Amino acid sequence: MAEDWEQGGFGLYIHWPFCQAKCPYCDFNSHVAREVDQRRWLKAYISEIDRYAALVPHRVLTSVFFGGGTPSLMNPDVVHGVLDRIRHHWPVANSLEVTLEANPGSVDAGRFRGYADAGVNRVSMGIQALNNADLRRLGRIHTVEEARAAFDIARSQFERVSFDLIYARQDQTLDAWKDELKQALSMAIDHLSLYQLTIESGTAFGDRYDRGLLRGLPEDDISADMYIATQDICGTVGMEAYEVSNHAKPGAESRHNNIYWRYGDYLGIGPGAHGRMTLNGQRHATEAWSNPNKWLERVEQGNGEKLLQRIELRDQASEFLMMGLRLSSGIDIHRYEALSGSPLNPTNVSYLEDLGMLQSRSGMVCVTPSGRMVLNAVLKELLAD
Amino acid sequence: MTDLAHIRNFSIVAHIDHGKSTLADRLIQSTNTVAERDMKAQLLDSMDIERERGITIKANTVRIDYTADNGEAYVLNLIDTPGHVDFAYEVSRSMRAVEGSLLVVDSTQGVEAQTLANVYQAIDAGHEIVPVLNKIDLPAADCDRVAEQIEDVIGIDASNAIRVSAKTGIGIHETLEAIVKHLPAPKGDATAPLKAMLVDSWYDSYLGVVVLVRIMDGTLKKGDRIKMMQNSSIHLIDRIGVFRPAMQPVESLGPGEIGFITAQIKQVRDTRVGDTITHEKKGTDTPLPGFKPSQPVVFCGLFPVDSAEFEDLRDAIEKLALNDASFSYEMETSAALGFGFRCGFLGLLHLEVIRDRIEREYNIELITTAPSVIYHVYMRDGSMIELHNPADMPDLSIVDHLEEPRIKATILVPDEYLGDVLKLCQDRRGIQEDLTYAGARAMVVYDLPLNEVVFDFYDRLKSVTKGYASFDYQLMGYRQDHLVKMQILVNDEPVDALSTMVHRDRADLRGRAMVEKLKDLIPRHMFKIPIQAAIGGKVIARETLAALRKDVTAKCYGGDMSRKRKLLDKQKAGKKKMRQFGKVDIPQEAFISALKMDD
Ligand SMILES: Nc1nc2c(ncn2[C@@H]2O[C@H](COP(=O)(O)OP(=O)(O)OP(=O)(O)O)[C@@H](O)[C@H]2O)c(=O)[nH]1
Ligand SMILES: C[S@@+](CC[C@H](N)C(=O)[O-])C[C@H]1O[C@@H](n2cnc3c(N)ncnc32)[C@H](O)[C@@H]1O
Ligand code: SF4
Ligand SMILES: [Mg+2]
Repeated sequence: MAEDWEQGGFGLYIHWPFCQAKCPYCDFNSHVAREVDQRRWLKAYISEIDRYAALVPHRVLTSVFFGGGTPSLMNPDVVHGVLDRIRHHWPVANSLEVTLEANPGSVDAGRFRGYADAGVNRVSMGIQALNNADLRRLGRIHTVEEARAAFDIARSQFERVSFDLIYARQDQTLDAWKDELKQALSMAIDHLSLYQLTIESGTAFGDRYDRGLLRGLPEDDISADMYIATQDICGTVGMEAYEVSNHAKPGAESRHNNIYWRYGDYLGIGPGAHGRMTLNGQRHATEAWSNPNKWLERVEQGNGEKLLQRIELRDQASEFLMMGLRLSSGIDIHRYEALSGSPLNPTNVSYLEDLGMLQSRSGMVCVTPSGRMVLNAVLKELLAD
Repeated sequence: MTDLAHIRNFSIVAHIDHGKSTLADRLIQSTNTVAERDMKAQLLDSMDIERERGITIKANTVRIDYTADNGEAYVLNLIDTPGHVDFAYEVSRSMRAVEGSLLVVDSTQGVEAQTLANVYQAIDAGHEIVPVLNKIDLPAADCDRVAEQIEDVIGIDASNAIRVSAKTGIGIHETLEAIVKHLPAPKGDATAPLKAMLVDSWYDSYLGVVVLVRIMDGTLKKGDRIKMMQNSSIHLIDRIGVFRPAMQPVESLGPGEIGFITAQIKQVRDTRVGDTITHEKKGTDTPLPGFKPSQPVVFCGLFPVDSAEFEDLRDAIEKLALNDASFSYEMETSAALGFGFRCGFLGLLHLEVIRDRIEREYNIELITTAPSVIYHVYMRDGSMIELHNPADMPDLSIVDHLEEPRIKATILVPDEYLGDVLKLCQDRRGIQEDLTYAGARAMVVYDLPLNEVVFDFYDRLKSVTKGYASFDYQLMGYRQDHLVKMQILVNDEPVDALSTMVHRDRADLRGRAMVEKLKDLIPRHMFKIPIQAAIGGKVIARETLAALRKDVTAKCYGGDMSRKRKLLDKQKAGKKKMRQFGKVDIPQEAFISALKMDD
């Protein structure tokens, strides 16, 4: 069997922390800045890329992901510069996936050509909703019409295009969501991310929620029904969930996210970016300073890293399990045992199997569709002593 | 030794928070008993828990020197007492050691339930009573009305009541003069055989057991060999002194004086409050009447959340019991909770205080099970057992009948809340005994079963009267009633720690309330969970906790899995705080919260 670090692939995540407007539900490391000196940022990215290249050279890169924030605000030549530097340092797989998260505004779409020239071959668009009233309530600054137009441009420029929707929104009914989802599927090519709205603390929605002012959120039972309906509807068009919130035709899965879920190595570059990398056979967690200015300054002084820490095997095993069970294919039980030094507690496993939450076959353990809906509870049970 | 005519002994008694301890502060301060720099508010409330909650739990004695306006020097022994009903025993025994009482009444509140209870005890003890109207600095003070109330409701003369602000010091001098003038000097014969009352005793980690004594006759000196009349044990006195309030050695203690002795006594249990102490040789043959020991009335199980801490818990409980004779314990095993202790308390506040101290001073997290009173179970064969724990209820086939303790409750309440109070008492199976008015306040007396009161009666009373009612009770004895054991089944398994004794007529209501509460308290699981209340196998209430339908993190982005792992680790730790019953996790607070009735 291959060494653990060779499993799951090797990717690189670049974080762009700026947006045109902050969405009220969003707890990502994203900020509105009046002016961004993009050349300064390019230099900083390059400096970090160089630093990591010295740490983990020679590995074959399977994916690069520009996430945010809103990476479709980056100048195409910045994206170009970053990708050139990456290709300069690491050998890349023939099938290298280069994804960029794009907001579906017309200005963003104007840059798509440039991104494609730079080497981006996959775009993930944050469309979020297919009606304007809901887009406004989500605080989005684009319309459905703009989104559809941007989407068409994207399809003409990139091999692969996916988009995101947020559902279980305020005042959304089950039927309304079913209709919207069917519309989405009629647009989608081969990949869709469907996220249930999560109220995060520290966001405007979180604040309103705490004060009891965020009304009309679907009850737990309705959102459970919405989730089930989502699985059914997507299933009928061959877009089953390969992960909790991600749907694709076979072969069209996001390779980059698969690195996370399969617990491969990835480097995190940019403010607040996290990484997992193997140094001298030891797996390490990295985290960069999250404040954009602080990160820039630190990088300019030589290093944007806030944390570099060895991860204990036991914690690696938990992370592997936690991420792997999100996938419908589940986890390789031997790899789990190798990491944790012991098998999953057989009593817990058979208990979950009896409840119809877990399945194991031919060396793989995965959650059932019902198990996936209560994955947090399944994990708690599995990780209990 | 002080001559009798120049001694005054008194207790300060009042309803909770009427200002006893603050008044004691002023008396101590104005007589320069304590250096100014050592003074602090409620100086005598020295336990952490007393300071934190702002209440007095233990009675405290202080000796004060006072030169009166007549130019003569007096020795005053004051005892500050607790106001809360759970600690009424502290008040009653303190009163046995003194000849008079300062009856403090908050002039913004008036006469309350413990005011009455204390007055009756003071009269019983033959005390001279000096009424003190406190808190006159507050705008809401209404001294005339309160004085009138004292005369009407209590029937003592309040024309010479002293108007005081224990906060600002107004009336303190007058109070000291009144003590000297109106309270009687103690009686006694210094040459008679020694007769000393054992008022209190506690454990001190440096000195061992310290005994508080009041000398009635004779003289006590260091080096004397004394006899405890109760068990004839002999001890050699190695220290003798008085409290100012720090311990100060003296040569001897004579009649009328109050002080402490130590005599190499190992355990508080070797001393018995109310006992008579005399000399080994030439002692007296006639002991003092003594007083009834305090009896725990509320019982509950205390279990460590982490079962590995059982030995630590034993240690903590033993240490606390050393100092608190009214707290009892014995080991208990529960199918669900493992090893713990069944503990007896004077009341719910006492329970809370002990539980708090174990959790904080000994750092042990506890699961507290349903509080219960002592039932008398009469068997078919004519024998009787005391039932402290519903889990031990014998099989019904061998039981003839049960008796439960009843109390006489006195409640004072502004008349606009009277209806709510009557309803509450009626709902709790009360029988009205008396209803009278004093101004705009009603005084109701109810005969109530203790088990309906022990748990949340006081909380309910406070909430239905917005805090305006006051409450006091006395145990009255046992009476037969139709009592049954109610079991709670979670996922079809009985949870012994949730069993309670209830009246058959109240069982359906209580059962329904409990299963509804539990349905909210137990988190959803991956399967549905029936929660039932049953009496002898017959289900009387049932709820079903629906299965957890969705609990999954929708987005998992940017590779930040450390945060999620830490969250999961935290939840795992949270799971440890629950107890598993079969496959069901029950949070520790559920055992108590499930019992609270919202009526
Ligand atoms: N304004 C004012 N407040 C007072 C006065 N006397 C006491 N207090 C306040 O009333 C509260 C209760 O005072 P304590 O002296 O602790 O009352 P207590 O009667 O000893 O209370 P327990 O021991 O719990 O029964 C405290 O907040 C005091 O500061 C007074 O004369 N005026
Ligand atoms: C990094 S974010 C945003 C990418 C891009 N800036 C945008 O907004 O279109 C990726 C996706 O996470 C989803 N998302 C963000 N916050 C969410 C929340 N609170 N609940 C559910 N989904 C959320 C949105 O669908 C979003 O497109
Ligand atoms: S959702 Fe996207 S656009 Fe909105 S604030 Fe977050 S990162 Fe920016
Ligand atoms: Mg006090």
